[in-house]
Amino acid sequence: MKKKGWKELPIGGVILEAGNTRGYATGDWRTFRPVIDLDKCTNCMRCWIFCPDSSVVLVDGKVDHFDYDHCKGCGICAVECPENVKAIAMIEEAEAKEGK
Amino acid sequence: MGKLVALTGNIALATAMRQINPDVCAAYPITPSTQVIEQFSEYVADGLVDTELIAAESEHSAMSACIGAAAAGGRVMTATSSQGLAYMWEMLYIAAGMRFPVILACVNRALSAPINIHGDHSDSMGARDSGWIQIYAENAQEAYDNLIQAVRIGEQMDVRLPVMCCMDGFTTSHAIDTLELLDDKTVRDFIGEYKATHPLLDVEHPVTYGALDLQDYFMEHKRAQAEAMKNSRKVIVDIAKEYKKISGRGSIYFEEYYMDDAEVVMVIMNSAAGTVKTVIDAMRARGEKVGLLKPRIFRPFPYNELADALSNVKAVAIMDRADSVGAEGGPLFMEFKSALYGRKNQPMMINKIYGLGGRDLMLNDIEEIYKELREIKNTGKIKALSEYITVRGEEAAYGKA
Repeated sequence: MKKKGWKELPIGGVILEAGNTRGYATGDWRTFRPVIDLDKCTNCMRCWIFCPDSSVVLVDGKVDHFDYDHCKGCGICAVECPENVKAIAMIEEAEAKEGK
Repeated sequence: MGKLVALTGNIALATAMRQINPDVCAAYPITPSTQVIEQFSEYVADGLVDTELIAAESEHSAMSACIGAAAAGGRVMTATSSQGLAYMWEMLYIAAGMRFPVILACVNRALSAPINIHGDHSDSMGARDSGWIQIYAENAQEAYDNLIQAVRIGEQMDVRLPVMCCMDGFTTSHAIDTLELLDDKTVRDFIGEYKATHPLLDVEHPVTYGALDLQDYFMEHKRAQAEAMKNSRKVIVDIAKEYKKISGRGSIYFEEYYMDDAEVVMVIMNSAAGTVKTVIDAMRARGEKVGLLKPRIFRPFPYNELADALSNVKAVAIMDRADSVGAEGGPLFMEFKSALYGRKNQPMMINKIYGLGGRDLMLNDIEEIYKELREIKNTGKIKALSEYITVRGEEAAYGKA
């Protein structure tokens, strides 16, 4: 997204477009990222319900992956994942980026 | 022409508010501005206005409610003084940054400590960087006129900034003064209908106010805000001229009193300017070329116009009814020094801090300042650049309190 100059901006810092966070990556300051083991996942949807940033992405009604552009790494999904399943692990972002 | 009445400054403001008929008024009472809202709340109770009156639990809440109501799309007003304005502080910046034309009547009063309820300009001068337009009034008439004009100035599409209308606590707020009122219809026709920019109550067009604004955009928004203040310079002139047509009254950026041939001049704001005029009348009768420059608009500061007005003057005393402790002189002095810097014709300039906490400035104090200015003009020497006057314990040649 090309950044606008001061003359082009709406008055007073107001945001005119609803849902415009889609075009703005808010997850770039995450220190831990959730990683899911789909073999363990039972599709109970608890992570999907509890995620405060709507970053659990479903495909055909089943948990598929996380939206890392918007996931802040809060870890709620990993905590809410049932005790007998525990399909979500939180790993350090630096390690994830190094591909470990 | 309008009706001549005798009112206190506070009731004059409440009357202007009744005629303006704002959508929302959120306030918390504080001396000496209490009477403004007290009187206005009677108008609300009597059904003379359509205003939603919110009795907030603090000034911080009062200004917050004003901001919320302005975001919803309303025309909003409030009044406060001193600690009340100080308690609104962070919200003042938010009203300005969100570009809401909230109107605030500031009845000037000293700031604690020590606690004091009387008039000086410490409160509004402290808020001079908050992004609000500031207009000052000498008497009830000017306070009334300024409040009505403030609505138009702030709401202008290329301005959209909050406006603070100031007058002196007690001297103006509580003394009964004669003034001429416009009739209700004239005021309502003059201010017209308010059209909010992006009202939250327009549910067909949802918007977000107050979003996080970091390194990537904050400065662009501040630059736009600075431009709005710059735009207000022309708007203030236009509105003052238009108001003069319907009222026959008013100055624009400042009032000049015997400035045409004045050699020595005093610059002073609000009620004390009236006292200075009395001294000038007496001195002029003796043939002394003394003058007065009374700033009306402090924000935006009319640098060029004020500097031009002083270009033929030899010596000037800038009178500050507030100190900026640690600076070399009060806020008004600093602005004038800055305005005159680099100009070819600079008058010699001194600064007097007077009237703190309601301390009187007497006729003979003023005359002594004019004598000092004459001495500076004749000798080219300044004894004290900035000093407190009318204070016990100082060696100043005058102003024994």
